[in-house]
Amino acid sequence: MLRSFDVRSALLSLAILASILAVWQITTHVPDTGPVSVVLSQDQMGRLLDKNMSSEDIEFYTSQGVAFLQLEQIASLNLSREIIDAAGGIRALGISVPDENSAPAPGSLFPSPAKIGIELWATVTDPFYVAGTNDMGYGIQIGYSLLRVVIGYTLAALVAIPLGFLIGMSPLAYKALDPFIQVLKPISPLAWMPIALFTIGDSELSSLFVIFVCSLWPMLTNTAFGVASVRSDWVNVARTHELSTWRTALTVILPAAAPTIVTGMRISIGIAWLVIVAAEMLVGGTGIGYVVWNEWNGLRLDRMIVAILFIGVMGMLLDTAFARLQRAVAYVE
Amino acid sequence: MARSFLSIERLTQQFPDGAGGTMTVFENATFGVEKGEFVCILGHSGCGKSTIMNILAGLAEPTSGVVKMDGEHVSGPSLDRGVVFQNYSLLPWLTALKNVTFAVAARFPKWTKQQVIEHSTAFLEKVGLTGDAIHRKPSQLSGGMRQRVSIARAFANEPKLLLLDEPFGALDALTRGTIQDELINVWSQTEQTVFMITHDIDEAILLADRILLMTNGPLARVAESVEITIPRPRNRTEIVEHPNYYAIRNHLVQFLGQRSKELSGMSSDDIDQRPQSVHIDKTADLDIQADAMHENPRLRAISE
Ligand SMILES: Nc1ncnc2c1ncn2[C@@H]1O[C@H](COP(=O)(O)OP(=O)(O)OP(=O)(O)O)[C@@H](O)[C@H]1O
Ligand SMILES: [Mg+2]
Repeated sequence: MLRSFDVRSALLSLAILASILAVWQITTHVPDTGPVSVVLSQDQMGRLLDKNMSSEDIEFYTSQGVAFLQLEQIASLNLSREIIDAAGGIRALGISVPDENSAPAPGSLFPSPAKIGIELWATVTDPFYVAGTNDMGYGIQIGYSLLRVVIGYTLAALVAIPLGFLIGMSPLAYKALDPFIQVLKPISPLAWMPIALFTIGDSELSSLFVIFVCSLWPMLTNTAFGVASVRSDWVNVARTHELSTWRTALTVILPAAAPTIVTGMRISIGIAWLVIVAAEMLVGGTGIGYVVWNEWNGLRLDRMIVAILFIGVMGMLLDTAFARLQRAVAYVE
Repeated sequence: MARSFLSIERLTQQFPDGAGGTMTVFENATFGVEKGEFVCILGHSGCGKSTIMNILAGLAEPTSGVVKMDGEHVSGPSLDRGVVFQNYSLLPWLTALKNVTFAVAARFPKWTKQQVIEHSTAFLEKVGLTGDAIHRKPSQLSGGMRQRVSIARAFANEPKLLLLDEPFGALDALTRGTIQDELINVWSQTEQTVFMITHDIDEAILLADRILLMTNGPLARVAESVEITIPRPRNRTEIVEHPNYYAIRNHLVQFLGQRSKELSGMSSDDIDQRPQSVHIDKTADLDIQADAMHENPRLRAISE
């Protein structure tokens, strides 16, 4: 019965996935005819001509799939196509234009699942290559993000759990610190970023700090709440057995509050993983968040979607690990 | 009067009454419990039984008055005073056995792990828990089994005084009977002093050497101390045939039904409130009656 339920739900999931992919594939599939030429409006055409761009050049670039935004950039360089080609092409001048692997320009067509699948296969089969500072396997990039999360999160846990314990065991501390926690907790991680960058300076440390700050609150509040609401009967059991405060904390309060604490830890790791992507987008350099941003700038939507998939899967693995831990410390009253 | 093993001297407890004033639960209560004695306390709900017990356990501080055990002031909980809580209070994340070893290890810190386990298993066996049941978590045990674990945990620690707060309140009559027998069994083997709260008159008569009767609160008093003049070992089916049984029972019923109300609400006028000793013994009368019956049977009918 239970098995057949599992099988049925798995089959249903696969069916849903298959139909999504099918629709996606059908709506986005384009035969491989090279870059799709960009069609400009009368107005855009006029603006480019005003900027002294020759109509042949416009025609050439649009047939290569260069969008209006980039065309404007090229026009503002005020260089003829010969000179640009001599300098190594427009890409060498730092203007991102599609190459043969690129998705069509934004606003036109989204990469098809097949295209993403090919990229995905390429990444999964070779996740750890290093070909340059901006060109590393997603395995390595995820590793960077994970490392940051682990460091920031562990530091947060080392502060939040003992502190939460103290707050939870002292009603006075609970009440006195509550307003601070309530105000600091809802501050968006990204709001901390400028403060961190300004005070700490170093961008790497700033990302760690932001992870730390954001993972702190759920663990702190859950630990404090869990400890404060341990049944007084259980504390009385510890008292009638003359356990020291230390042993009471470890053998009675910790296991009693563990489910609440681990729930806080699970919420925190989820937030930390959300935040690291955003932080890396802002700070740049390495990490899966930076990859997403970088691929977007290179208009490699297919690779960007692969990176996003990686983020999702990693987040799921982290959450599953904590779900296991939650089950391990759960008890039935 | 010789100093009792456990002596409660001029104990007063007041609580805020919620309207800005104070409510006196009891005032200047004074009584004693002898070593090895099994004492039950009976009284209506809310009269302050649990309050007294929490003070004896050291879990609560009285407003004034002292409790002395073996001549020493009771302040704070101690391993010498074991408590069986009304709701069992087992730690739900530990197995039955671990709940007991947890306590035994606290009591005998120098023992090896093996000693602790053997001692704990022995006490679980005494309350009829053996086999794989002792490796189960409380949530996987029945109410009666949980209560047994709780009793085993308290007895295994060999406290000088055992405090039980309505330990059988949540059990069905059948289970109740079995565990009462086990409790008496363990108690008679160890000769510990037991102080037990109950709502059940028959249970109190079956188990106790002496029953303390409390009037209704507020300003409740431990008004009487009724000696149970029925020899041990007692058996729940035979005990009712003992001539003292109904006499004692009627006295208790009458107190709880009527006099607990009449006697309540009286201020102590700053005098020690000692319970009045009540000794009911019909066996002596019965001997006389038996003789009388021999000579003149009709006399008995009249006296009834
Ligand atoms: N912490 C407290 N604050 C205020 N009042 C209290 C507190 N604890 C007990 N009381 C009051 O003291 C009185 C005695 O309570 P207690 O729990 O001792 O009753 P009890 O005899 O054990 O009743 P039951 O048989 O229902 O368990 C009650 O009127 C109760 O409302
Ligand atoms: Mg009570």
